[in-house]
Amino acid sequence: MSLLTDARWGEALTHLSDYLGSHVRVSVTALALGLIVSLPLAIAARRRPLFRSVLLGLASIVQTVPGLALLALFYPLLLLLSQLTLQAFGFEFSAFGFLPAVLALALYSMLPVLRNTITALNGIDPVLLEAAQSVGMTPLQSLFTVELPLALPVIMAGIRTSAVWVIGTATLSTPIGQTSLGNYIFAGLQTQNWVFVLFGCVAAAVLALAVDQLLALIENGLRNRKRLRAFLGGFGIAALILATLAPTLSRSPSSYIVGAKTFAEQYVLSALIAGRLRAAGFSASSREGLGSSVIFNALAADDIDVYVDYSGTLWLNQLHRTDAPPREQLLGELKNMLAKQNITLFGELGFENAYALVMPKQRAEALGIHSIADLASHAATMSIAGDYEFFSRPEWAALKSAYGLSFRSQRTMQPDFMYAAVASGEVDVIAGYTSDGLIAKYDLTVLDDPRHAIPPYDAIVLLAPKRAHDEALQAALKPLLSRIDIADMREANLRASGNGAAASPDAVARWLWERIERR
Amino acid sequence: MPTTPPIAYCDVSKSFADLAAVDGVSLDVAAGEFLAVIGASGSGKSTLLRLANRLIEADRGSVTVEGHDVRALDPVVLRRRIGYVFQSGALFPHMSVEGNIGVTPKLLGWPAAEIATRVDELLELVRLDASHRDRLPDELSGGQRQRVGVARALAAKPRIVLMDEPFGALDALTRDALRDDFRALHNKLGLTTVMITHDMAEALLLADRIAVMHTGRLKALGTPAELSKSDDAYVAELLRTPRHEVERLNALLPPDGAA
Repeated sequence: MSLLTDARWGEALTHLSDYLGSHVRVSVTALALGLIVSLPLAIAARRRPLFRSVLLGLASIVQTVPGLALLALFYPLLLLLSQLTLQAFGFEFSAFGFLPAVLALALYSMLPVLRNTITALNGIDPVLLEAAQSVGMTPLQSLFTVELPLALPVIMAGIRTSAVWVIGTATLSTPIGQTSLGNYIFAGLQTQNWVFVLFGCVAAAVLALAVDQLLALIENGLRNRKRLRAFLGGFGIAALILATLAPTLSRSPSSYIVGAKTFAEQYVLSALIAGRLRAAGFSASSREGLGSSVIFNALAADDIDVYVDYSGTLWLNQLHRTDAPPREQLLGELKNMLAKQNITLFGELGFENAYALVMPKQRAEALGIHSIADLASHAATMSIAGDYEFFSRPEWAALKSAYGLSFRSQRTMQPDFMYAAVASGEVDVIAGYTSDGLIAKYDLTVLDDPRHAIPPYDAIVLLAPKRAHDEALQAALKPLLSRIDIADMREANLRASGNGAAASPDAVARWLWERIERR
Repeated sequence: MPTTPPIAYCDVSKSFADLAAVDGVSLDVAAGEFLAVIGASGSGKSTLLRLANRLIEADRGSVTVEGHDVRALDPVVLRRRIGYVFQSGALFPHMSVEGNIGVTPKLLGWPAAEIATRVDELLELVRLDASHRDRLPDELSGGQRQRVGVARALAAKPRIVLMDEPFGALDALTRDALRDDFRALHNKLGLTTVMITHDMAEALLLADRIAVMHTGRLKALGTPAELSKSDDAYVAELLRTPRHEVERLNALLPPDGAA
């Protein structure tokens, strides 16, 4: 199938009004907020050198924080703030999605507007300022009738830069729960759906260019005092906002929101759950590409209704436990702990997605390695690769101390490339994921962990506090419990990260459901 | 009975960072008078001018305008009552000729129709064609810009006009025409004008009286004839240049019909 006739273009198009609308909403709100804050600050700072230096310094520092980190930082910050307002004033707000995205992006938009406004205002010929005073203008009249109009072209250039930055950076608001064109990019990268990645990038670029050109039209009209141009530009911006708002407003909100983290398996499972809910007659939508701690807090705050997590992840990250009790005990304790936060551990799906040491099957057999204990004596001559976080995780510390592992070298790798690397012999062992479809594809073997250094990672369905007694929801999801085995999940993951229309999470979820039904 | 002088400086001093720009100057500007303030750059003449409409505030002494101490007046109201002409016109580049001329009347809240009539009057007064009304300052010549600058200063019918080296940046021909036109306007409208210049010939040709500023002090004050009798060395030096020029010009250009 050629790239142009790929059916996934059509699938991408069906999400466009939702993703684009959300993207425009968050970008425009952030830009407006950024302007409302930056312009008065710039005006106040223009004749105060110290204030100006501090302001520009702070704005520059914000700019050096990577966009993704800035967005991610706002989530816990707001969460904390929300808890404080709840204690102090008896109300809380959602720290999920729109609000943190708007605040972080607004902060991000400030530097070009501040810098250009201050530069433009300070660059005005002092004789003109004296002339404005001499003809009898008050400072405010001078500002609005002389200084700002003269500074306008440079200020508009700053606003245009900000607009392009904000629209580009808004794609990174997907992991904190704000739907955006980034949903295409994050989903596409995780499921190797290059059509989605391309579609998301092109859509964001086209949007940025369109807004930039409309702002240029307004700037041109204002500068040359051509009312029609300024009006057309303003009309274009207003039309864009209305067009992207209309479909969202007319659509009734979904009854259920299913969360998904940032990897292929999560996209498939959220599609599977959403599919079951729709089959039961409900409307359901997905919030995909959420960060690991964002998704848990979003569930606890009732911002999403249901998602799939892994027992070991919660054990380590949420309960901060480093011991590894047997799975039944761990699940029992986890259930009790979650219940204290009113979160329902609805049940296990039947497979585990744990970290595991993986190597080529033939090589393992040749060396007589079946378990990590067997590996220990060979480790000194071997190299190991893991994902970006593995070597700083407690599992790695536990493995090293339980088996006395000491490798010749260790490397971090993009998870997608790790399997190919171990299959080709570029590294000897990798820290893979047990449910990964590439294990079967590359004929790899998962080494046993006889000392249970790694806690069990059962896939479990979590329900939000407000869904604790939702029997309709629970009835719809019940058929999924204990019905997905590791082989099916590996196959599903392999399909989902393949290339082609059948590889969309929805399509893979339908395939998986057929397998489940047939049992 | 002595009338109240339109502008009176009484023992006025002003320093910028320990440097005395104006140092103990007392000076009355008479009604209907054209006063030229002459001095080298740094002599304090610009400061003296700006003290009159409170662009600069005095450290010591008092400045009164039409009998009122300027410190007791709202500077914005004061400035709307006094015309001000800058060296290069200092027109607002984003406003048309009409917008520039009508700026003070508009600030005073005149009705639009009245402003439009006034702009027509002023264009005629400064001898600019009505077709220039909608042009931007960029589209005008230096002389035209300065005519608009004068029109702007006169728009709200001030009795006092302050001029900051108004003809300095113009070519000789334009300068000459504008000088004559402005002096005629001064007489016709009964203005009180204070003009700064560093050109003694200009001061002599235009002014009723000349105030000579030197390092912040008022060195001499009088009509051209009175100044020519001054025994002050600095004043004599200032007068030497135009005298010398006249002698040389006379030698080079014999009067018409002379043998």
